[in-house]
Amino acid sequence: MAEDYVLQMKNIDKEYYGNKVLKGVSLSVRKGEIHGLIGENGAGKSTLMNILFGMPVIHSTGGFSGEIYLNGDKVDLKSPYEAMKMGIGMVHQEFMLIPDFTITENIKLNRETTQDNLISKVFRSDRLKTLNTGSMAADAKKALNRVGLTIDEWVTVAGLPVGHMQFIEIAREIDKTGLRLLVFDEPTAVLTESEADNLLSAMKRLAESGISILFITHRLSEVIQIADNITVLRDGELVADRKSAETNVAELAELMVGRKVDLKGKEKQSREYQESEVILDIKNLQVDMPGEKVTGVDLKIYKGEIFGIGGLAGQGKVGIANGLMGLYPSKGEVIFKGEKLELNNTKSSLERGLAFVSEDRRGVGLLLDSSIELNIVFTTMQTKGKFLKRFGFFSQLDDAGIREYAAKIIQDLDIRCTHSQQLTRQLSGGNQQKVCVARALALDPETILVSEPTRGIDVGAKKLVLDLLIKLNKELGMTIIMTSSELVELRSICNRIAIIFKGKVAGILKASNSDQEFGLMMAGEYQKIEEDGEGRLNE
Amino acid sequence: MNETINNIVKRIGLPRLIIGLLFLATCLTAVMIDLPFGLIVSDILRRFGMFGVLSLAMVPAIQCGTGPNFALPIGIICGILGTLIAIEFNLTSPLLGYGFISAIIISLPFAVLSGWLYGLLLNKIKGSEMLVATYTGFSIVSFMQIAWVTLPFKHPEMRWPIGIGLRVTVSLASTFGEVLNKLWGFSIGKVYFPTGLILFFLACCAVVWVYSRTKAGIEMSAAGANPKFAAASGINVDKNRIIGTILSTFLGAVGVIVYSLSFGFLQLYLAPLYMAFPAVAAVLIGGASTSKIKISHVIIGTFLFQGLLTVAMPVANELVPEGNLSEMLRVIVQNGIILYALTRIGGES
Ligand SMILES: Nc1ncnc2c1ncn2[C@@H]1O[C@H](COP(=O)(O)OP(=O)(O)OP(=O)(O)O)[C@@H](O)[C@H]1O
Ligand SMILES: [Mg+2]
Repeated sequence: MAEDYVLQMKNIDKEYYGNKVLKGVSLSVRKGEIHGLIGENGAGKSTLMNILFGMPVIHSTGGFSGEIYLNGDKVDLKSPYEAMKMGIGMVHQEFMLIPDFTITENIKLNRETTQDNLISKVFRSDRLKTLNTGSMAADAKKALNRVGLTIDEWVTVAGLPVGHMQFIEIAREIDKTGLRLLVFDEPTAVLTESEADNLLSAMKRLAESGISILFITHRLSEVIQIADNITVLRDGELVADRKSAETNVAELAELMVGRKVDLKGKEKQSREYQESEVILDIKNLQVDMPGEKVTGVDLKIYKGEIFGIGGLAGQGKVGIANGLMGLYPSKGEVIFKGEKLELNNTKSSLERGLAFVSEDRRGVGLLLDSSIELNIVFTTMQTKGKFLKRFGFFSQLDDAGIREYAAKIIQDLDIRCTHSQQLTRQLSGGNQQKVCVARALALDPETILVSEPTRGIDVGAKKLVLDLLIKLNKELGMTIIMTSSELVELRSICNRIAIIFKGKVAGILKASNSDQEFGLMMAGEYQKIEEDGEGRLNE
Repeated sequence: MNETINNIVKRIGLPRLIIGLLFLATCLTAVMIDLPFGLIVSDILRRFGMFGVLSLAMVPAIQCGTGPNFALPIGIICGILGTLIAIEFNLTSPLLGYGFISAIIISLPFAVLSGWLYGLLLNKIKGSEMLVATYTGFSIVSFMQIAWVTLPFKHPEMRWPIGIGLRVTVSLASTFGEVLNKLWGFSIGKVYFPTGLILFFLACCAVVWVYSRTKAGIEMSAAGANPKFAAASGINVDKNRIIGTILSTFLGAVGVIVYSLSFGFLQLYLAPLYMAFPAVAAVLIGGASTSKIKISHVIIGTFLFQGLLTVAMPVANELVPEGNLSEMLRVIVQNGIILYALTRIGGES
């Protein structure tokens, strides 16, 4: 029987600095099977995959115990290189791309001349061959096409939006020959539904061609849709193995968190607001953000509303918030609270009361080698001078004050950590996201711009974050501008949703508009049927 | 068992462990071959205080994101200039620390100006700071060779009695030579404890530590640790890199003044050329990386590095009495440690 399995992991235990994060976990994947792996933030999914892939972080923190079999043979994978040689590919939750290399170079890195060879053979004989840039570019293009990304393969990766990086990572793995098992760690977290659908069908094709797939996601419906079997982790323990035909979203959610989860989105719970009081008036905003260019956006956002910004990756939805915060060169006119907002000046945007949760949490959102508490209070300290003790002309960190505030918000957002001085690098992806949200909230902002706030967050925590946004809006009257790839999420809490297409506003819809209207608008087809449509267009 | 050893190694850090063990081994050898141990301990303490501030100069440079300051000679030259001017104009009253305090104050504007200019340069070449820094240091030292010959200093203690230009070494015996060493200094048996010197170094550490916990200090560390993050919090990253460079340059100036004070001589011409390396090596051995550093790294690293060198010299002399050979051995040991430290550039995790 054992030979049927491409991969078997048995009794895996792993400890980080005395903190047990995996307890006797076992997992088996058959040839051509799509196997789902789900669990709350911090359940240990990425850690399990890092073990499989021989990531250095595992060995530098004391290794693990347990056994791994590939095609029935016991293996000892000490580095990602060995794992790759054994035919394991991985699309990481955190991007593993070299920013200054082009897309082609990233896709073909370390396999530059392997087009016609088995990987193992190549490393002995082909090292001295000259690079065939033409065929490399062609391969890259082919792989990009397979994941459905239309972008020039010679562009450098630095500065591309996260959605694109995700696709490039996937393209790189798909391009590998000799691949037996492909691991996807939350590949769809940054993608919109239609993009995710593309990816899912690509995964199905791969599986049909005989490659096994391990698929980590927080979107439970996806996993039921495409996986054959599903393994559920909770707090580092295996709690269930299910055939996806025999389970449903509600059961999985319950297994994950260990209690019943109310999955119903709270629709339209934001506070009443006046359509007259404009808090943010954006006129002809242009933002030069590579890969997410904004070419002229006009929007009026009312005080106290929850406003959504959606659209496909690369169309510019992400650029708007980045531009308003002065993170990329911008032009145009923005009136905020009746006064002109100085563009290209982050400090003044923050001081005027705008807060921002970046979509790029590890790049922009976190100081990875600093404590959770410093991450949370940092921006507030810098722009408002809070969390400091003053001694005449100089100031000192107010440790007690910081700790107290951090403890409170860690509890409010349910950030899973050992203590508030833990380095944010050591948190799981979803918990890092919560730290980013906490930092924006610490600013006590009047208007908050959140980009992909629930990216990589589990069902329970997602509800927590969305509920929190609603609560802030209702109780404190905070205006919220949420950019998200997830339409469902936008529609569950936003009053109005602007869809961005080709750097411009294609139109503004209400949550109640039909799926079809949203779909058409995102594809840039809405104008054509506008005459008989219901949606209010931005003139 | 294996794991606990692993854990201990990890906790202490391999470089610290290796240099520490080497240090202990040479100390034991020194005792075994009957070297005057009291004198050696006195020497270790003196050199610890003497080199400490120079190592400390690495802190702002690494924190602001420009990496270890291999261009430390810039600051060193500012310090030398300050000292020369203080002596030239006889600003050496006891109230001015026999010239110590005046030298520091005078070097300040030089350090600010050159640190600022050098910071501007560093902002243009982000990513290759270390290489550029090394060569900037070398260039400045070479340039100053001309200056030492041509600058119009008149004081008899620093000019060659005949010929032109400044002496290679200027004695500080009549000014602030050893004043800190003697301040509150005391002996226990054969060991002399240079209280003032060590206190001054620790005070400098305290000042840098306090600064790193101010709003400005945290801003600077964030700009160094993650420029994108800092920018998203409205921080001017380039400005902070310049501030860090200025602070490092100034600490380099203070560092060389303390060094000269304890040494008893001011060294001109080629002397500043290689002074950055021991400072960088010390903090790397102490556990710093090119992007992260704590004050404790400076203190531990300086102690281990200078301690090892101090003991190794007489031990080498004793074991290899051949005059030239022992000198060569010393150079090999010193550079070997520096090389080892540079390979450990990753720092502690
Ligand atoms: N480098 C590290 N050092 C210390 N602890 C770590 C490290 N990496 C992860 N952890 C801890 O291990 C646990 C499991 O983390 P892991 O990243 O596997 O979670 P996950 O299931 O992938 O969660 P998410 O859905 O949020 O990505 C968490 O509690 C996390 O804090
Ligand atoms: Mg994860």
